[in-house]
Amino acid sequence: MSEPRLPLPPDAPIELLRQFRLQWEPAQQCYVLLYPEGMVQLRGGAGEIMKRVDGQASLHGIVADLQRAFPGADLRADVVDFLEVAHGKGWIRAGQHQ
Amino acid sequence: MEKDGSELASISNPLWLNAEITYKCPLHCVFCYNPVDYTRYGQELATEDWLRVFREARALGAVQLGLSGGEPLTRDDLEIMVREASGLGYYVNLITSGIGLNEKRIAAFKEGGLDQIQLSFQDSTRELNDFLSSTRTFELKSKVARLIKQYDYPMVLNVVLHRLNIDHVGQILEMAEVMGAEHVELANTQYYGWAFVNREHLLPSREQLERAEEVTNTFRARVGNAMKVYFVVPDYYADRPKKCVNGWGTTFLNVASDGVALPCHEARMLPGLSFPNVRDHDLRWIWHESPAFNAYRGVGWMKQPCRSCPERFKDFGGCRCQAYLLTGDAANADPVCSLSPHHGRVTTVVEKAQLPGERVPVRPLLFRGDRNSRQLSQ
Repeated sequence: MSEPRLPLPPDAPIELLRQFRLQWEPAQQCYVLLYPEGMVQLRGGAGEIMKRVDGQASLHGIVADLQRAFPGADLRADVVDFLEVAHGKGWIRAGQHQ
Repeated sequence: MEKDGSELASISNPLWLNAEITYKCPLHCVFCYNPVDYTRYGQELATEDWLRVFREARALGAVQLGLSGGEPLTRDDLEIMVREASGLGYYVNLITSGIGLNEKRIAAFKEGGLDQIQLSFQDSTRELNDFLSSTRTFELKSKVARLIKQYDYPMVLNVVLHRLNIDHVGQILEMAEVMGAEHVELANTQYYGWAFVNREHLLPSREQLERAEEVTNTFRARVGNAMKVYFVVPDYYADRPKKCVNGWGTTFLNVASDGVALPCHEARMLPGLSFPNVRDHDLRWIWHESPAFNAYRGVGWMKQPCRSCPERFKDFGGCRCQAYLLTGDAANADPVCSLSPHHGRVTTVVEKAQLPGERVPVRPLLFRGDRNSRQLSQ
């Protein structure tokens, strides 16, 4: 099943919407995205991508940083995929100001 | 007694701690899910006890904290609780009617790390809001909504839907839009507590429900991602039961004002179970070892038709409290399920709800309050 996705501009900073908070949960051994009365577990790669969403880095920047951290794999398509789904879900948005 | 690791590993961590820090409430809502006999319960936990509960649950893995009630703002140590819980790493949710919230308190909550405020409204009109809560609170709530915005909190509105207000769903959504709400929960009443007593007044007709969903979908299509609208359908109209609290003792841990720990808001009504109190036991024992939390874990307790049902891991047989309320035995299938031999007890009520609005109810609408609670406790 494919999730609705929303494209993101490649060079705009990406930020979490303010009702969301990302944190590492030792008890669950993964990053979780917390929001009013809810939680999404972000396992493996999803956590690695989301922890780079800091209100500064752009889609380009996040891809480049992940390529440095995990050299040897072509991650671009997967990262864009994930971020567009996250955008479609309303977790993240392109920053208003560059 | 020591348990080996493998057995402990089969029990998941609680993720959600709901702290019903008080049963005091300035409102008298006819659909309140608090127990009808709340006036019987003992003294509220002291501040220190609550802080210990927060620490113990956090250590077990809980990450969402609901500060709820009753009206949590009636406790003047709420600021201390918010600060401690936020420091522990909880996402802290304040679930409130807004009564008692002023600028001084919201500033302290913001500073203490409160993550979100869920504000309840009873209706989009002053008349019905005030009638349903038996108070004059509509203007006050509107003021609180402005404070929430002013302090840059996401606006999360909760409106409980039922027969008396469901036809206003369009106006309710428009009100939410004007307020700048980001999340709106249109939660159809679940029939427990006071809502169960008032069920005949509150259950909407199928036509009302379909119209409300249609209005909601049209609104969703118009506003898109600007507002998330959740529409919780009443399970009486479903033919499979809800996976109540995500499965007994899997995710949700409720601690009532007097310290009794429960796997859901309502479980205290179930006969034959002795629910442990946080004054006597630590939460690790309560969650993992106590007989009450193990009573309906998994599928071992099931009777037919659940026991051999291919969907038993999907919904765990539905809600134990609803099974008890409607069939007298908590181990029966939730009668919302069309496979339940007691399904007729739901359909009879649903059929009655299709009759036109001006029916003569058997008993008057009963407002939540101490006097009515004492009467219902007898």
